[in-house]
Amino acid sequence: MKSTGKVIGIVSNLVTVQTNGPVAENELCYINLGGTKLLAEVIKVNGDRASVQVFESTRGLKNGDDVEFEGKMLEVTLGPGLLSSIYDGLQNNLTTMEGVFLKRGEYTEPLDREKLWKFTPIAKPGDKVIAADWLGGVEEGWLPHKIMVPFSFKGTYTVKSVKEEGEYNVDTVIAVLTNEDGEDVNVTMTQKWPVKVAIKGYKEKPRPQKIMETGLRTIDTFNPLAEGGTGFIPGPFGCGKTVLQHAIARQGEADIIVMAACGERANEVVEIFTEFPELIDRHTGRYLMERTTIICNTSNMPVAAREASVYTAMTICEYYRAMGLRCLLLADSTSRWAQALREMSNRMEELPGADAFPVDISAIISNFYARAGMVVLNNGKTGAVTFIGTVSPAGGNLKEPVTESTKKAARCFYALEQNRADQKRYPAVNPIDSYSKYLEYPEIQEYLDQKIEPGWCDKVNKAKIIVRKGKETMDQINILGDDGVPISYHETFWKSELVDFVILQQDAFDPIDSLCPLDRQRFMLNLVLDICDHEFEFDNYEECRDYFKEMINLLRQMNFSEFEGEQFNKYMAEINKKLEENGK
Amino acid sequence: MANKAYQRVYTQLTAITKATVSLNAKGVTNDELAVVHGKLAQVVKTKGDTVTLQVFSGTEGIPTNAEVAFLGAPPTLKVGEQLSGRFFNAYGQPIDGGPEIDGEERQVGGPSVNPYKRRQPSQLIPTGIAGIDLNNTLVSGQKIPFFADPDQPYNQVMADVALRADVDKIILGGMGLSNDDYLFFRHEFESAGVLDKIVSFVNTTEDPPVERLLIPDMALCAAEYFAVDKHEKVLVLLTDMTLYADALSIVSNRMDQIPSKDSMPGSLYSDLAKIYEKAVQLPDDGSITIIAVTTLNDGDITHAIPDNTGYITEGQLFLRADPDSGKVIIDPFRSLSRLKQLVQGKKTRADHSQIMNAGVRLYADAQNAKTKLENGFDLSDYDHRCLDYAKEYATKLLSIDVNITIDEMLDTAWKLYAKYFTKAETGIKQAFIDKYWPNGD
Repeated sequence: MKSTGKVIGIVSNLVTVQTNGPVAENELCYINLGGTKLLAEVIKVNGDRASVQVFESTRGLKNGDDVEFEGKMLEVTLGPGLLSSIYDGLQNNLTTMEGVFLKRGEYTEPLDREKLWKFTPIAKPGDKVIAADWLGGVEEGWLPHKIMVPFSFKGTYTVKSVKEEGEYNVDTVIAVLTNEDGEDVNVTMTQKWPVKVAIKGYKEKPRPQKIMETGLRTIDTFNPLAEGGTGFIPGPFGCGKTVLQHAIARQGEADIIVMAACGERANEVVEIFTEFPELIDRHTGRYLMERTTIICNTSNMPVAAREASVYTAMTICEYYRAMGLRCLLLADSTSRWAQALREMSNRMEELPGADAFPVDISAIISNFYARAGMVVLNNGKTGAVTFIGTVSPAGGNLKEPVTESTKKAARCFYALEQNRADQKRYPAVNPIDSYSKYLEYPEIQEYLDQKIEPGWCDKVNKAKIIVRKGKETMDQINILGDDGVPISYHETFWKSELVDFVILQQDAFDPIDSLCPLDRQRFMLNLVLDICDHEFEFDNYEECRDYFKEMINLLRQMNFSEFEGEQFNKYMAEINKKLEENGK
Repeated sequence: MANKAYQRVYTQLTAITKATVSLNAKGVTNDELAVVHGKLAQVVKTKGDTVTLQVFSGTEGIPTNAEVAFLGAPPTLKVGEQLSGRFFNAYGQPIDGGPEIDGEERQVGGPSVNPYKRRQPSQLIPTGIAGIDLNNTLVSGQKIPFFADPDQPYNQVMADVALRADVDKIILGGMGLSNDDYLFFRHEFESAGVLDKIVSFVNTTEDPPVERLLIPDMALCAAEYFAVDKHEKVLVLLTDMTLYADALSIVSNRMDQIPSKDSMPGSLYSDLAKIYEKAVQLPDDGSITIIAVTTLNDGDITHAIPDNTGYITEGQLFLRADPDSGKVIIDPFRSLSRLKQLVQGKKTRADHSQIMNAGVRLYADAQNAKTKLENGFDLSDYDHRCLDYAKEYATKLLSIDVNITIDEMLDTAWKLYAKYFTKAETGIKQAFIDKYWPNGD
């Protein structure tokens, strides 16, 4: 028997309900508005009164309207067909909705129920299985999609039967399992899972072992992101946050990309679904859209569903991770999600924390980041969810609650800086403030030694020191004037400019430079460090400046040329010649 | 509006603040309108039997025994072709002495467009102003504000842009317009002879501030009628959004909400996004483009209003007085159109983006030279040429009083580069230099 209730108070999308039975925290309910059912979620219970946040506009709602509780939390439907989809924050399929405008109370099926999938059994009758074990597989595009024992199953089951190879729709019973009490349960290709609960169903969650290649030098070389790692990108508007995130989505070395557009511009989502179906993934040669799922709660869509959107996206990633796949989740922007929490907290008249955000914002953010990670599955295979969130700090000031809370939770920090953006030094990631904690992990260092070259991390640190020293000398030159400092100061400064222009800066719109594979990154860093190690002799600072300006130009032209191609080698020869001209 | 016979009337207020009244009432729906002591009000909160109403024109003179009649529906606008050429107040009532509109009644502040039904904006909106067309090209379906200090002539620039833009309808949403500015717009539209394609919703400084909250919804409701129903290209002008946000903070303050940054309500981002995200390119050629004005306090863009706006809109146009040329210019450094690459070189000449970048880069060199000069360092020949270039660049291209075609802007830029710089100093691709460098130099 489900509980019911009546509306007794409304402030914007916060509705108070007088209940006549038990209700659970985060339980869903439908509010009946003249035949249209509005979905809502319980966020606070006080006596027999429940505060619910409504995922739709509450216009026209009145006291006394009927409420029906659902006895379950917000769930997503998991199964083949999630990829290439465009969902709203509650996993309604936006492509199958009718009309130009979103209609209140219109909820669409997330998966195509008719489509036939080519199923191949993996488990055999008699096998002992537990939750998340693989029963069979279907081909979702080019990806091996696994049909698993539902995550909600507790204890050990015995496989009674598995469907033979063939084409079935998602609702077909593909296996019958017998539980410890001897009862049979049917398993189809889909299952449901509450979004706010992390999907476990793996053996262990070790520390990340590898880096996830993005083809962006400022990340891969300077502050690499681990596969199964977490990172965040804060930055004021106009600093290239979106361009950077889209570049990572295009080039990230992952099997699955889930993009959560959380309270951002609708036109940015339009850009993704206009361009991704045309772009080819260089790792697989397939269209990018085939590995992409978009969850979109743009800034004008209902605020309460904004929070749901990031959880929905994370749950879909965890589902694919359980199949042994590498997933990359990009959420733009987590600040909007935090603001949605603030709006609700404010309407519930809770005592506010800093900047009127709820006091538990830090705990909420770190719990969410903790859901990412690399896992070892029960069958020994590995999967990963790598998470990158963007943060939109108010006024570009990084000393605000969301940035500070995220800094505690994420392991990589890519600080976008107004100053660099103004100078068109893109990507505008500040090389001194940004960091990757993964560079300190012995297992990652070992991996880089093998994958790139022995002693790689030392070289990266050396480059970082060059940049830092360059910044310090630049400050002194600015104070004392060009003639007021020794020439060696100018040399130190221009070496840091060399690292900046050649390694850190990258043209996101150039067909060659936009994507720099690891072996090319190794070559360029070695080349730059060799130049920096060279002993130069300059008579005056103008000579030093002109020499390095030409050098930088040559190396930049290299970045725009095909790796080890004719042009590339020509520039290399010119660089060597230039090095021989000066010094020892 | 509901028939008088169905109205529920109450006469006992329990609380009154400067912007809201509360009373005990039953069967009241959220967002519904009511008339309190002859003043229009809207339901903003119900708690048990207590209903709180936001009174648009302020609560001055409302007694505790005032008559409150609920109207049963949220704010609406009657839409139809007759809207064209008319002036309305925040409630959608004519203020130009003309007749009432006889059309379909629609609720304002309606639902959003399904993102999947949008199309990527791709139509150029030329304005004749090089600071916009050349450096920050506008695209239909875009939303972009002017960031300007109160002493900048932003309303004049906006009127120029509107009248030159190739659109089917222009909808003006004026919030807190001074009476002089209202009459200015009216005069501009009338003397341009385009009154028939303009619809205006105006709240002047003489009107109560809270009324302003209805203006964007009214303007965009009319815009959606023309763009969605009539497949027209619609340009919406919203001035001044800072005054709109101020009105939001008044209401939230009276409702005892906890303010966030700069005493703005915590929901400011969502409130502004709901308006700006109405900008859309529809699949069937209809579009809504929004050009707004956000006035700044001494150029401070970190204040909550411009800051939130910047995160929502697709760029900003920054107006600044340039002391060297004596003109008001569109600042090339702080202005940005996020959609410009969708049309530059595609709908305009192929050399467009290279010309733009070179121009801004050389202007930046001029700024450096100026800093050097101010710090007492010696200037090189290049520095001197940059400074001379900057002055002419600001006068001939950045100034807001420029009105030429995009091809003319490109040609002007080429002439400037050839006058002051060598080919190599411009850093423009060789192929374009070969084709466009003036006089076979």
